[in-house]
Amino acid sequence: MSCFTSKYADELAKNAAYIGTPGKGILAADESTGTIGKRLSSINVENVEENRRALRELLFTAPGALQYLSGVILFEETLYQKTAAGKPFVDVLKEGGVLPGIKVDKGTVELNGTNGETFTQGLDGLAQRCQKYYEAGARFAKWRAVLKIGANEPTELAIQENANGLAMYAAICQQCGLVPIVEPEILVDGSHDIKKCAEVTERVLAACYKSLNDHHVMLEGTLLKPNMVTPGSESPKVAPEVIAEYTVRALQRTVPAAVPAIVFLSGGQSEEEATLNLNAMNKLQTKKPWSLSFSFGRALQQSTLKAWAGKEENLKKAQDALLLRCKANSEATLGTYKGDAKLGEGAAESLHVSNYKY
Amino acid sequence: MSAFVGKYAEELIKNAKYIATPGKGILAADESTGTIGKRLSSISVENIESNRQALRQLLFTSPNALSYLSGVILFEETLYQKTSDGKPFVEVLEESNVIPGIKVDKGTVEIAGTNGETTTQGFDSLGARCQQYYKAGARFAKWRSVLKIGPNEPSELSIQQNAQGLARYAIICQENGLVPIVEPEVLTDGPHDIQKCAAVTETVLAAVYKALNEHHVLLEGTLLKPNMVTPGSDSPKVAPELVAQYTVTALRRTVPPAVPGIVFLSGGQSEEEATLNLDAMNKLEVLKPWTLSFSFGRALQQSTLKTWGGKKENVGKAQEAFLSRCKANSEATLGKYGGGSAGGLASESLFVKGYKY
Repeated sequence: MSCFTSKYADELAKNAAYIGTPGKGILAADESTGTIGKRLSSINVENVEENRRALRELLFTAPGALQYLSGVILFEETLYQKTAAGKPFVDVLKEGGVLPGIKVDKGTVELNGTNGETFTQGLDGLAQRCQKYYEAGARFAKWRAVLKIGANEPTELAIQENANGLAMYAAICQQCGLVPIVEPEILVDGSHDIKKCAEVTERVLAACYKSLNDHHVMLEGTLLKPNMVTPGSESPKVAPEVIAEYTVRALQRTVPAAVPAIVFLSGGQSEEEATLNLNAMNKLQTKKPWSLSFSFGRALQQSTLKAWAGKEENLKKAQDALLLRCKANSEATLGTYKGDAKLGEGAAESLHVSNYKY
Repeated sequence: MSAFVGKYAEELIKNAKYIATPGKGILAADESTGTIGKRLSSISVENIESNRQALRQLLFTSPNALSYLSGVILFEETLYQKTSDGKPFVEVLEESNVIPGIKVDKGTVEIAGTNGETTTQGFDSLGARCQQYYKAGARFAKWRSVLKIGPNEPSELSIQQNAQGLARYAIICQENGLVPIVEPEVLTDGPHDIQKCAAVTETVLAAVYKALNEHHVLLEGTLLKPNMVTPGSDSPKVAPELVAQYTVTALRRTVPPAVPGIVFLSGGQSEEEATLNLDAMNKLEVLKPWTLSFSFGRALQQSTLKTWGGKKENVGKAQEAFLSRCKANSEATLGKYGGGSAGGLASESLFVKGYKY
């Protein structure tokens, strides 16, 4: 085979397929310390380890929520944390049938000579880190590459660098037993229309899959985490059906059937928007050889965060809010969401932050 | 869009989808004058226009055979020929809902500095030629690129050249209303095993689809004509189920779902081998977002040719032989082939070392 078969080949394929189980998706709870600090400060909570731990415990022990999740992405600190009762988070997840995942990139750095384009760091010592994470219970990884749309962007340089970085990361992960989630996020920032987003998305994804092939990555043991195809943040919104059509078509033109699942990022979409768009995609009657699901951070946690506000007495309200969004998104992966999730406070709130940096 | 959406876009999509109809496939009858000469001489028939016309008439008027075909690829001479009653071949095909196609490449030439690797010619006035062919009734085209497996082959140069050539050909076709069949043939010649063929096929197909993306080709309006993934000609054969597994895996890893159909070339396989392999692929219980069908030349015509032997009195029997292979392959596209339409002739290997069209 073209792919470099690692000793983990069967396990990788099995785990990737499991993450793509219809009705399930991923909770992206891998905000770095800096980023989670912004979330916490928005609800006037101090950014200390105990609060970070408390938030994640709230999420992972929300009654009934884990059944709608096949994976949770963690930040390194969280991988080693425990519940207040002393149970490792990793065990909590595993017992709930949820695979623990780990963010392994080290953020973005600007590409010299470009107009603010970036590449992603994190390859140094990556194999050793992945081995450690595997030992700690992680079974998949995530690496975020970022591209932007502008008058001359994304440039061929940015596309190639990021595609290559993703492919190298993916190959290393597979050697260490971690299913790599390949995330080439094209930021929504800009005044471009949906056609432009589609064109760029297709170009970027084609480059990614060429690189993955060059690096002998086994596609059956990977997942894709792309942006949905939408108009730019400064352009008028369009209906979920239109987003669905452009998004699925872009994927049909670039993502080989060997990839078991596509788990969308939510970008700056509100909780409800993200769910409606995902639902529309799954209702679309067209060729979809991969399952279409979610890997949402903000779009799963926003109303939960607001309901919690850092107070123990709000625990149940907050966990109910999370359950609501998990269930809604689960239905969206099946195309059965009726848009009737009682909107928690903040569910309709746009989560777009210009030029968002994790 | 990443893809070029010109005035023919809807028609291209419609025609590509039709050619990919389950239960149907393509007859590759586009042998150049030189190549058809070899076929004719193998049955002691003189290579003159009337004999070439007679052979193609035999094929295109075979009772009921056309119902198993969605397209026929023609050589330029044949596009303008008629039956002995004076009916244009193109009309004969159209009346039976078979789309006429046209070979537009002009053969291969060696790439200097390589070990016998080639690139394909045919770009000069290609757009204008496509327009002419469209006017004459053609609605799809075919261009054959060739790669070989060796210790250092295929080289990156050869892969890039051929991928870029296929992409450029494809977009020119689409600009002029012809569905391009993209054919990157990896020759079977060699002692390599099936895994090697799989690795090379995956590398080549990945390069081809990257090039198609760069050239803004509308994938929904194309077809792929690849080799099946098999051991090399000097290696022991394997079961159809294994050919099916390696082939479909290679395609799932490289061919975007937007492509409506994959129509295999038969290479040097015997008629029966080609049918059994195609059938095994369609029986495989795995998700295939494109139809898997045939675009066979030798593997559809071999026994027909032998049965005909150039003699008028054999036409009926020859046409029955042809119908038999068409029906067998139609069943294979549905995974319903039961075997048994292999006459001794159907099992004969058609492998010719270093095969040149």
